[in-house]
Amino acid sequence: MEFQSCVKIINEWDIVAARQLGRNVAKELGFGTVDQARITTAISELARNIYLYAGQGKVCIEKLYEGGKSGLLIIASDEGPGIPDVRKVMEDGFSTSGGLGAGLPGVKRLMDEFDLDTTIGKGTEIRAIKWLR
Amino acid sequence: MEARENLEEKYREALSNYLKDQSEQALYQGQKYSRKTIEHKISPEEIISFHKSTLMDTYDNLPPEVLHSLDFLLEVMMGYGIAYREHQNLKHLQQELKSEIEIAANVQHTLLGTDIPEVGGLEIGAVSVPAKHMNGDYYHFVQDENQCVGVAIADVIGKGIPAALCMSMIKYAMDSLPEHRHFPKSVLESLNRVVERNVDPSMFITMFYGLFDPSTSIFTYASAGHEPGFYYNAATKEFTDLTAKGLLLGVEKKTQYEQYEKHIGSGDMIVLMSDGVTECRTSEGFIERKTLIEYIEKNMHLSAQEMVNNIYKQLEKLQHFQLRDDFTLIILKRNV
Ligand SMILES: Nc1ncnc2c1ncn2[C@@H]1O[C@H](COP(=O)(O)OP(=O)(O)OP(=O)(O)O)[C@@H](O)[C@H]1O
Ligand SMILES: [Mg+2]
Repeated sequence: MEFQSCVKIINEWDIVAARQLGRNVAKELGFGTVDQARITTAISELARNIYLYAGQGKVCIEKLYEGGKSGLLIIASDEGPGIPDVRKVMEDGFSTSGGLGAGLPGVKRLMDEFDLDTTIGKGTEIRAIKWLR
Repeated sequence: MEARENLEEKYREALSNYLKDQSEQALYQGQKYSRKTIEHKISPEEIISFHKSTLMDTYDNLPPEVLHSLDFLLEVMMGYGIAYREHQNLKHLQQELKSEIEIAANVQHTLLGTDIPEVGGLEIGAVSVPAKHMNGDYYHFVQDENQCVGVAIADVIGKGIPAALCMSMIKYAMDSLPEHRHFPKSVLESLNRVVERNVDPSMFITMFYGLFDPSTSIFTYASAGHEPGFYYNAATKEFTDLTAKGLLLGVEKKTQYEQYEKHIGSGDMIVLMSDGVTECRTSEGFIERKTLIEYIEKNMHLSAQEMVNNIYKQLEKLQHFQLRDDFTLIILKRNV
């Protein structure tokens, strides 16, 4: 593992810390402003979900180097209640805010890769990657 | 597809032109540009970044606050960018759904299709138009070996797809009825049992079933809470309501229906309809049954099929071509 650092999400201010971490790493990797904003927005959404639905958890950022490409990996994990119907949650227009935020489908769209693992009663782990083009 | 760099280059050009002379022409270029970027699915935050890099390349000594403010603007526009992408996807999904419904409507059309029987001495006209894609009204004709003609008209309370699905069931229940089609009351009683057993309790169906026997010219009928039709007496030139008592289908398992008879003289008519006809809404409220009679009278010189077609067209126009409910109108006219 080249590099990983994490922010614990316990209260709303931790969302800002997670964004800051994500932005710093994105800058170091050479992402432009638009991609930086996409990455931080995705982090915000994931961290906010942890804060709102799981109570607490953490967001980790990792640099990836693979076959000459570099990228940024976000891992948002918690030991909260889990997501009962993932298929529904991944549908556009489902989020409780009615599409005011990005929601999980938005995160998927902002990033290049998206992977969700969840177990009822055990928790949720979401991994999302943005590759540097 | 035009490359992204190319679009950024175009933005730079268009913006520089505008900064030079602030002409309407340059603004028009901007408008055209936005069509192009939407076409290429460029989101708002990207445009802001084009804007920022154009400014940075054009001016050496911009106050840094201007550039920072653009970063802020970009962040604020992120939400719009996401909403834009979601919109694109939802548009696509809606298109898919629409074509699926269109196919379903065609399937329904084939499933529920009924031929208008040819009976000596009886002219039949029928029109049925769904308010949306799928029809929650249903009508059906059957003709037996004795030339008796059965006519069924039914309406599900509610409209759209659930109503239409429900109607397909009625059709199959009708097809598998035992041979007592001669008794409208028994037809309704059997269908009532089917509906009561198989349909969601929140869904009710009204239905009228009638049978015309050409050998006696008697029309026997029964109704399960269906919008009453009209009987037109050619001798007195009078319309009367074809009232019949009966509970809607699906309310109560053991419902019994009453059966009525009417002698149909030469030139007499039976008019049957769904409530989509009487609930035609104009700016002055629902049309009155009286008004409907006027429309029938106006078209009385025509054949039964032309009558229903014309009345439909006229009522459609009356409500500015917006049907609020499925519309079904049937006219039986004895012409000998
Ligand atoms: N980490 C999590 N743990 C448990 N449930 C979650 C978690 N993340 C999301 N969910 C569930 O998934 C649903 C959808 O989340 P999503 O972020 O897409 O939309 P939202 O949070 O409801 O609204 P928005 O993010 O648009 O304001 C949430 O309402 C919540 O029930
Ligand atoms: Mg959310």
